[in-house]
Amino acid sequence: MSRHLKETIIRGIFALFAFASVLILALIVMFLFREGLPIFKEVSVADFLFGQEWYPTYDPPAYGIWPLIFGSVIVTVFSCLIAVPLGVLSAVYVSEIAPASIKDITKSIIELLAGIPSVVLGFFGMVVVAPFLQDTFDLPTGLNIVNASVILAIMAIPTISSISEDALYAVPSEFKEASYALGATKYETITNVIMPAALSGISTAVILGMARAIGETMVVLMVAGGAAAVPESIFDSVRPMPASIAAEMGEAPFGSGHYHALFAIGIVLFFLTLFFNLIADYISQKFKEVGSATL
Amino acid sequence: MQAALTTSMKFRYFKQHVFFAVVRLSALLIALALGGLIAYIVANGISAISCDFLTLPPTDSMTKGGIMPAILGTLYLTIGSIAVALPLGVVSAIYLTEYAKQGKFVRLIRIGINCLAGVPSVVFGLFGLGFFVVFLHFGSCILSGALTLGILVLPTIIGASEEALKAVPQTFREASLALGVSKWETIYKIVLPNALPGILTGSILGIGRAAGETAPIMFTAAAFFTAKLPSSVFDEVMALPYHVYVLATAGTHIDQTRSIQYGTVLVLVGLVLGVDLIAIVIRSYVRKKKRW
Repeated sequence: MSRHLKETIIRGIFALFAFASVLILALIVMFLFREGLPIFKEVSVADFLFGQEWYPTYDPPAYGIWPLIFGSVIVTVFSCLIAVPLGVLSAVYVSEIAPASIKDITKSIIELLAGIPSVVLGFFGMVVVAPFLQDTFDLPTGLNIVNASVILAIMAIPTISSISEDALYAVPSEFKEASYALGATKYETITNVIMPAALSGISTAVILGMARAIGETMVVLMVAGGAAAVPESIFDSVRPMPASIAAEMGEAPFGSGHYHALFAIGIVLFFLTLFFNLIADYISQKFKEVGSATL
Repeated sequence: MQAALTTSMKFRYFKQHVFFAVVRLSALLIALALGGLIAYIVANGISAISCDFLTLPPTDSMTKGGIMPAILGTLYLTIGSIAVALPLGVVSAIYLTEYAKQGKFVRLIRIGINCLAGVPSVVFGLFGLGFFVVFLHFGSCILSGALTLGILVLPTIIGASEEALKAVPQTFREASLALGVSKWETIYKIVLPNALPGILTGSILGIGRAAGETAPIMFTAAAFFTAKLPSSVFDEVMALPYHVYVLATAGTHIDQTRSIQYGTVLVLVGLVLGVDLIAIVIRSYVRKKKRW
């Protein structure tokens, strides 16, 4: 009996620990709202989200974050244009084409790339990519949308690649064998059979890669240029949401409108990435193992 | 007929060659990106590295001297964050793999962990500021920073530990339970020791992540410059990633400090990738050695 009691107690304690993640998430939401909501006494939600002017230190201040949202979206979309093809194709390489010895090395390389601290990539963007862009295209500054997109792509590639690879690997080998038996080449098997079968996993990978890019802070803080205006060209500077928070929090007086506005940007960012993650979760749950079940 | 078939076969193989070339090229590009990045950092940073650089504090308003306080600060923050995340993460993983039955409670925990993994690092920074620094009155210090980094790496550690626990064969548990050993003792004496290398690998990768993060410690722990080394967990610290950011963007002598910047970047990258590499080597060694 005492042994049974001991087991029950251990089980309960462990459940409590496991529940900590949910509690922490709840605390994050609570404190973002606690510090962020007061801004909506000064400005309406619509004016905050769609206002064209972000002048938080002016008198009277303007708290419109549309240029910041636009900046985040544009660098995320452009970085995906680079990261999605490279990420998915490198996953195809690792899972379908690479010989066993090179396969492990390639996987380690992608893993190491994921480990490079974002501040280091931002630094690289500042000292290498920025002067290059400035000289090549004769620009006033190399800190712009293109630079931020390239560096963000480097950050998103490992996420996209490793999740896509899992998805490709999970395609049942019967599919491949059936395709080969019908006389298809390896290329035709990959593009017509394996990739469509792994599509839900690849979509999840792309969405998580985008979520990674949109939430990334140091890169956009260091190389996006920091102009809080809707850009007119891809060589213009932007100030994505995370950059705004990181750059301005140090100067915003505690409890001021500016301070609350930065937390409110945090709320927007949080729910945006949450939305992306829930879609990814939904896709991967819904299309779980459709493959072998039909055989 | 025969000739036509061969031509079409040729074309199909031609398409395959082109596709494979593109695929190989993209993998090569990624390898070159990593190789180029590391080579560039080493080539520019190696001249700054010296014994003094690693063991002395910055002098002359950070234009000369070393980065020892930043190295130390990063060590403190990283060790602190692992001290928070490792027990919490391993116990969570044990619950999820060994005890939990599929149901709403477990589904909720899983969604919680997934969402936590997706929270942007700057939002962790905001949370750390709002909760640890302001609400709990810790102030900007090692404790606030370590706790913030700890919850940031928690999902990584839970994921790695779960995978390691799942990899222990079910027969091990059954054999132990059949001998009359209780569930907890089975986990403690059979499952955990076998899963330990995997758990360690995951934690080491978590350490690498925590050591390199900047945004979460900007408002919770990191200082531009501290005159003396921290004496308690309630002191602010310098940290390598923040040091890189500050010197590269906010300094008044950006060009004068280039060599220090490259040196600091090299130390940071060496630290993080060194730790990651150790994890990767341990993992491949353990996988080869595995007897089941």
